[in-house]
Amino acid sequence: MSSFGLAKMSLRNLFRKPATKGYPAVPAVFTERSKGTVRNDMDTCILCGICQKRCPTNAIVVDKPGGTWTVNDFDCIQCLSCVRSCPKKSLTMDPQYAAPAGEMSAVTLCKTNEDAQE
Amino acid sequence: MAERSVIPFGPQHPVLPEPLHLDLIIEDERVVEAIPQVGFVHRGLEKLVEKKDFQQFVLVAERICGICSFGHSLGYCETVEALMGIEVPRRAEFLRVIWHELSRIHSHLLWLGLLADAFGFENLFMQCWRLRERVLDIFEATTGGRVILTACKVGGVEQDIENSELAAIVEDLNGMRAEYDELLRVFLKDRSVKSRLVGVGHLTKQQAREFACVGPFARASGIEEDMRLFGFGAYDALADFQPIVSSDGDGYARCEVRAREVLASIDLIAELVEKIPDGPFDQKVKGAPAKGSYAVSRLEQPRGECFYFARGNGTKFLERFRIRTPTSQNIAGMVHTLQGCELADVPLNVLTIDPCISCTER
Ligand code: SF4
Ligand code: SF4
Repeated sequence: MSSFGLAKMSLRNLFRKPATKGYPAVPAVFTERSKGTVRNDMDTCILCGICQKRCPTNAIVVDKPGGTWTVNDFDCIQCLSCVRSCPKKSLTMDPQYAAPAGEMSAVTLCKTNEDAQE
Repeated sequence: MAERSVIPFGPQHPVLPEPLHLDLIIEDERVVEAIPQVGFVHRGLEKLVEKKDFQQFVLVAERICGICSFGHSLGYCETVEALMGIEVPRRAEFLRVIWHELSRIHSHLLWLGLLADAFGFENLFMQCWRLRERVLDIFEATTGGRVILTACKVGGVEQDIENSELAAIVEDLNGMRAEYDELLRVFLKDRSVKSRLVGVGHLTKQQAREFACVGPFARASGIEEDMRLFGFGAYDALADFQPIVSSDGDGYARCEVRAREVLASIDLIAELVEKIPDGPFDQKVKGAPAKGSYAVSRLEQPRGECFYFARGNGTKFLERFRIRTPTSQNIAGMVHTLQGCELADVPLNVLTIDPCISCTER
């Protein structure tokens, strides 16, 4: 039996950098595969609607006649089903997660006008 | 005879992040009987197989529990693959087991931390969780998720891990090992840890058998049972897999079994990385489970044996999916260990089975 078994580690920790990061002053480091929000390159999207069908949480709405593609980041569970199923490879997973918001809103992208309307 | 009274324990209790209720019938300071009650967070996930097709359900299976999330998706996929007769590429099997063993490391480190917290050793708690964070970082680098990995799918895995990345993981784990050894020494040798755990909640081998206990809880009572011995997936590639067993049957033995399993998992991952074959990591899945077909599979989760059952009905929706989780098996044994223990030892005793209520109630 022993006591103070952790003393060495505790002493070492006094002189080490903290294990935690000072977020948000220090920005979060994402990996290549980190998952945040789904974004669409409207130039290549053909509005086929496959992503809408594949999405398990119905976060995507494709309006072919209206020429819009909408994703609700608050419904998305970052499963990548849509990204993997897009025949035109126009969807990408942006590592930055959706910013906190007072109200849940969807991001709509238009075929003709690429500006995001929130 | 001393007067009896009933003390309610939970569903909100500092030692449990999840709701488990016990009615403790006590005589003086001693528990005479404990009556468990669960059902506070039932979510009806098994029923969802009727709403989500068999490929989408992986995402639901994964959300049964936040700690063994990968294990549940793996168990589900293996069951559906058995149901449909799908052969999974060998590389995928290896990758699955590597992720599964990483989950075991992070689950056990989490539990060891919670245990330290339960007996008031805050420093040890923080150190365990600091190490656990490194496993979560490996998850994020390899799958993009820290808790919900979305790495497993019917027919294989969603993404490959490059061989160079695998080597880096092993190196990282070996780096962790040096620090973990220090923590292990504290868990196994420290006076304060021993004084709280030795002899607490004793369960004999015979009793563990009678109550059908599983996992580290049963292994701590001397039952040499580990589903990994059956060699499902890539476990059959292991040269010499021996379950970690202790015969003491008390809280200290349960702590020892889990603490040593962390090291065993690190060795296991290193061995698998050495042996992993090249090749494809997934396979196209066509068709749907046939009507009337059914399959079962058993998997060693961090908390013990988990049993899966699935039945198809000819459509892409399963007819029935059922899970028997390790905690639901272990509650009977836990209630038995509570009989006759001191009231102050109850939280610790409950914790030693590593209860996971979200699995139990899915
Ligand atoms: S699947 Fe791809 S191409 Fe089709 S609508 Fe979605 S983003 Fe556009
Ligand atoms: S990542 Fe998954 S949940 Fe999110 S939009 Fe795509 S399919 Fe839907």
